[in-house]
Amino acid sequence: MASSSSSNSPCAACKFLRRKCMSRCIFAPYFPPEEPQKFANVHKIFGASNVTKLLNELLPHQREDAVNSLAYEAEARMKDPVYGCVGAISVLQNQVHRLQKELDAANADLVRYACNDIPTVPPMNPRQRSMEFDSRMGNGAGSFYQVPGFPLPYPPSWTDSSGDVHERGGGGGEEDRSLSCFLGNLIEQIVLAFSGVSNFSSTSSPLRVSISAVGWSSEFVYGELRGSSNGVEARKTYSPVPSPQEDAIIA
Amino acid sequence: MKGHESRSTSSCAACKLLKRRCSSNCIFAPYFRSDEPSKFARVHKVFGASNVSKILTEVPVEWREDAVNSLAYEAEARLRDPVYGCIGAIALLQRKMDELQHDLAIARAHLARYTAIPPLLCNDHFSLTTLPDFPIFDGTKSVLNSMEFQQHGSVNVVHQTSFPL
Repeated sequence: MASSSSSNSPCAACKFLRRKCMSRCIFAPYFPPEEPQKFANVHKIFGASNVTKLLNELLPHQREDAVNSLAYEAEARMKDPVYGCVGAISVLQNQVHRLQKELDAANADLVRYACNDIPTVPPMNPRQRSMEFDSRMGNGAGSFYQVPGFPLPYPPSWTDSSGDVHERGGGGGEEDRSLSCFLGNLIEQIVLAFSGVSNFSSTSSPLRVSISAVGWSSEFVYGELRGSSNGVEARKTYSPVPSPQEDAIIA
Repeated sequence: MKGHESRSTSSCAACKLLKRRCSSNCIFAPYFRSDEPSKFARVHKVFGASNVSKILTEVPVEWREDAVNSLAYEAEARLRDPVYGCIGAIALLQRKMDELQHDLAIARAHLARYTAIPPLLCNDHFSLTTLPDFPIFDGTKSVLNSMEFQQHGSVNVVHQTSFPL
């Protein structure tokens, strides 16, 4: 922190404003005379009086960071008068979203491969499943996911006892197991698909989802299943659900 | 012509706040409607009306709405976080990006075991060189001094939804 007011040289702000740099100049610690452009940018975008008011509202130990962030924003706005640093935020958000999708796809592949290798996986506690799901959904914000570095195993054994189940390609036990293995990721896809459906809730088992509207909802789920199965196609049809409480097994 | 015309059409939010007559060619009127008083209030508090006017004058007309919206976004960020403003959001996003890249590298390394594809080749369709050059902002002066800001005037931020913080 330069204390230019203690020497003869005025700070960059007072030089720019052509005024006497007093001993308690609020700008002096943060706008040294050897960085004239920094204050010029800040002055052009924010104005000296606005910066003064802002700094006066902050504690002394916060002021340096505040000035530096203002200088960064001012420089960004000078280079890009339309978007300033908001353009950077937009680019970064897109990058984060893209990375998140890539990671989800990689995790889905991992679950599929891992389950093909492991014949039996201990069932997950429903509370663990719910907590893991909550963390993946990122506190409901939807924009930032808390994705674990490695996917958790899911129970491979399940029984299909409700309604009609049709599997493309003749089905069989092996395909059933491979389908169940990546259900953890599919559950999320389904929740996203059903985010507008008011009666949706995930029950105790990760393999059972209660849905109220079966008709178009199941078609939508087919789309998600195909999209997230990475080439493993499986189609499930649902028997009509007379009441909202009746469970429908997704896989 | 005593202001009858300005009374027949309502003043924009800027002229209402500044308590002045809203002329027919008011630079603020198209972007600060009278039913959104807080938008101009925030922008005025952070940037000042004259600075906003100068910025808008320098921007082509077709880009002014985006410019106003980004100024409003920055102003709101600064009022919420007087120390870091928008820069806090950038730092958060940069960190999130680093975490995701790290997790993705781990996942692909694990995948390579199953697919027998070398981990390096798994990164082909997501090139890290396409990422913008945004050094981590950790609030220290030395980091900020080394920053380079990339210009990208074609990004449309008008429809950005929630503020990331």
